[in-house]
Amino acid sequence: MGMQTIGRPTAPFASDAIANDTISGSRGLLQHEGLIFEVGSPDKTGVDLPKPKGRTDRLGGVARKVDTGLPGLTEPEAVRHYMRLSQRNYAIDLGFFPLGSCTMKHNPRLNEKAARLPGFADIHPMQPQSTVQGALALIDELATWLKTLTGMPAVAMSPKAGAHGELCGMLAIRQALIARGEAGTRKRVLVPASAHGTNPATAIQCGFIVDEIKADARGRVDMDDFKRKLEHTDDVAGIMLTNPNTCGLFETDIKEIADLIHDAGGYFYCDGANFNAIVGRVRPGDLGIDAMHINLHKTFSTPHGGGGPGSGPTVLSDALAPFAPVPYVTYDNDGYHLIEQIEGEASDAFGRMVAFHGQMGMFVRALAYMLSHGADGLKQVAEDAVLNANYVQARLKNVMTPAFDGFCMHEALFSDAFTADGIETIDIAKALIDEGYHPMTMYFPLVVHGAMLIEPTETESKQELDRFCDALEGIAKRAAAGDEAMKGAPYLAPMKRLDETLAARKPVLKWTPPAPEAIAAE
Amino acid sequence: MSTYYTEDHEWIAVEGDIGTVGITKYAAEQLGDVVFVEVPEAGITFTKGDDMAVVESVKAASDVYAPVAGEVVEGNGDLADAPQTVNEDPEGKGWFCKIKISDAAEVSTLMDASAYKAFCEGL
Repeated sequence: MGMQTIGRPTAPFASDAIANDTISGSRGLLQHEGLIFEVGSPDKTGVDLPKPKGRTDRLGGVARKVDTGLPGLTEPEAVRHYMRLSQRNYAIDLGFFPLGSCTMKHNPRLNEKAARLPGFADIHPMQPQSTVQGALALIDELATWLKTLTGMPAVAMSPKAGAHGELCGMLAIRQALIARGEAGTRKRVLVPASAHGTNPATAIQCGFIVDEIKADARGRVDMDDFKRKLEHTDDVAGIMLTNPNTCGLFETDIKEIADLIHDAGGYFYCDGANFNAIVGRVRPGDLGIDAMHINLHKTFSTPHGGGGPGSGPTVLSDALAPFAPVPYVTYDNDGYHLIEQIEGEASDAFGRMVAFHGQMGMFVRALAYMLSHGADGLKQVAEDAVLNANYVQARLKNVMTPAFDGFCMHEALFSDAFTADGIETIDIAKALIDEGYHPMTMYFPLVVHGAMLIEPTETESKQELDRFCDALEGIAKRAAAGDEAMKGAPYLAPMKRLDETLAARKPVLKWTPPAPEAIAAE
Repeated sequence: MSTYYTEDHEWIAVEGDIGTVGITKYAAEQLGDVVFVEVPEAGITFTKGDDMAVVESVKAASDVYAPVAGEVVEGNGDLADAPQTVNEDPEGKGWFCKIKISDAAEVSTLMDASAYKAFCEGL
C-alpha cells in the first residue's frame, strides 16, 4: 500500500517540556494583556472624523489647552482589551462560586428575558403613572409575594441593596422611637459578634450606639450575655440579628430573643441576607421580627457581584409599617398609584430612600424567579441549599475542622485548626484558584479562627459538589501535612500570588508613563 | 515602670500617672500584616473599654479599646506612614498613644505579664 507521508499528526505525543515562560507573555490561548495605557497611545484613534468646523468657545477662555494624554485605541484593540480582561474574570456563569455569605446562585436566563421585555426595559420613572400601570402592578405583585413569604404586613420596595435595606429598617425604628418621644434616650442597639459589618455601621449611621453580644460555644447568641445587656432597658432601641446567622446556623433562641427585646421596649431588626436558607419554610413575621431586608440579588437570584445592581426591599411589622418610606404602590378602582408625598396616609413616613421607586429590573427578575419556581419550588430552593451545604460539611469534616458541631443551614463553616503550623487559610484559598475555583469566603465571620465559609446554594449538582470537594479535600490534606509549596499558590492563574500587604500599605493608584530613557534603552 | 494587660490584648506601661498603650505581640501575630493604624489625637478622653484606636490588617479591621480611663496626651504619629512597626515591635516602637490615667485604681484590675501569658496559653 502507498504510505501517506504528508499531513499533520492528529494524536498528541508526550513531552515533559512545559514552558513556564513564553516569549509573548501569553500562555496557551490565554492572551497577555497590558494596562490600557500600555496598549493604546494618545496619538491613536479608533474613529476617523473630520475636524469640527467653526467651533465657538463658550467656556470663556478656560478650555483645556493641553492634551489629556488619555490613550486612544483602534476598535479591534479596544474589543480585544476588554475581551481578554473578561476571560480573566471568574463568574457564576463559568463555574462554582462558593463565596459564603454572598449566595452566588445561578441567574436564570428566563429572568433576563422577562427583564428585557420593552414594557419593562424601555419605560422611564417620570412617565405618567397611567402609562406604566403594568410596571406598578408588577411592583405590587412582588410586594405581595414578599409579604406572604415573610408573614409581614408591609414592605418598603425602594432600598437598593442589603445595607440600604438595613438603613431603611433602622430609620423606621428611629422614627417609631421619635413618635414615642424616646429617640433621645433609647440609643443602644445590641449586635452579635458574628454580625455582618454593615449591621453596626448602619446602627451608628442612624445615631445609635452599638453594644456587642458575645457568641456562645454553639456559634449562636450567648443568651446569658444577652440577658445581662437587658438588665437596664430604658436605653435599649433594639437588636440587629441575622438568622440564619453568619456561622450558617439557625438562631434557635430567636423567639425568646424577640420576646425579651419587645419586653425591654425595643425593636427587632433581622438581617435577611440569609433568607435563602429558610424561604418557604419559616416566616420571619412568626418569629416576632419588626423589620427585615430581603436581598433580591441573593435569595431571588438577581445578578450581583459586578453583574448587576442589588435590591433590598424591607418588610415591616405593624408597629413600624406607618413609618415606611415613600414612594409606595397602592391600588384602588382607578388602578395603581405611586404614593409620593409625605402627607395623608403617608404622613408618618420617615422620608425617602431613593429618587424613584427602586430597582425595576431586579423586581422583574425576582418575580420571574418566584413565578417560575412557585411556592413549592421556593421551599425546595431552601431545602436544596441547606442539603448542599450539609453535603459539603459531611464530605470534608474528616479532613477539615467544622467550626461548630451538628448540622449547618445554607453554608458550611470550617476553622483552620486542621492546618499544620505555617499554613494558613489564605494558602488554602489560593490553592483552590489553581484547581479552577473562586475561593470561599475567608477570615469571616470573625468569631471563628481562620474561618472558611462555603455556600454552595441550590444551584450546584451533586456531581459538581463532588468535584469541588475532591479538590478541597486534596488541598486540606496538603495543608494538614504542611506542604510549603502552598505558600506560593496560585501557580496556574494569570496573576501569581500578589503582595496584598504591600498593596494595602503602599497602594499604587495612578499609572505613570515610563521615563523616556527607559523607552530609549529598550 | 510596670506593664499591664487586658483580655482584649492591649498593653499599658505605667509610669507615674502616664500610661503608654499598644496592642500585644500575641494580638499583632493574630492580626497578621498590619496595613493601617488610626491613633487618637491628644486631648480626647476615654472611659475604660471605649474604642480608642483602629488597627487594620490584611485579614480584618479591629477596634482597640482603652485599657483604663484617661486623656490622650500624645498619639504615635509615626504609625500612619509605618504601620508595619506594629508587627515589628508591638510592645515597643509600635505603641499607639500615651494617656494621662484618671483613676490609678483601674490599673490594678488588669493582668500582669505572667497572668497575661497564662491567659494567652489558655486561648
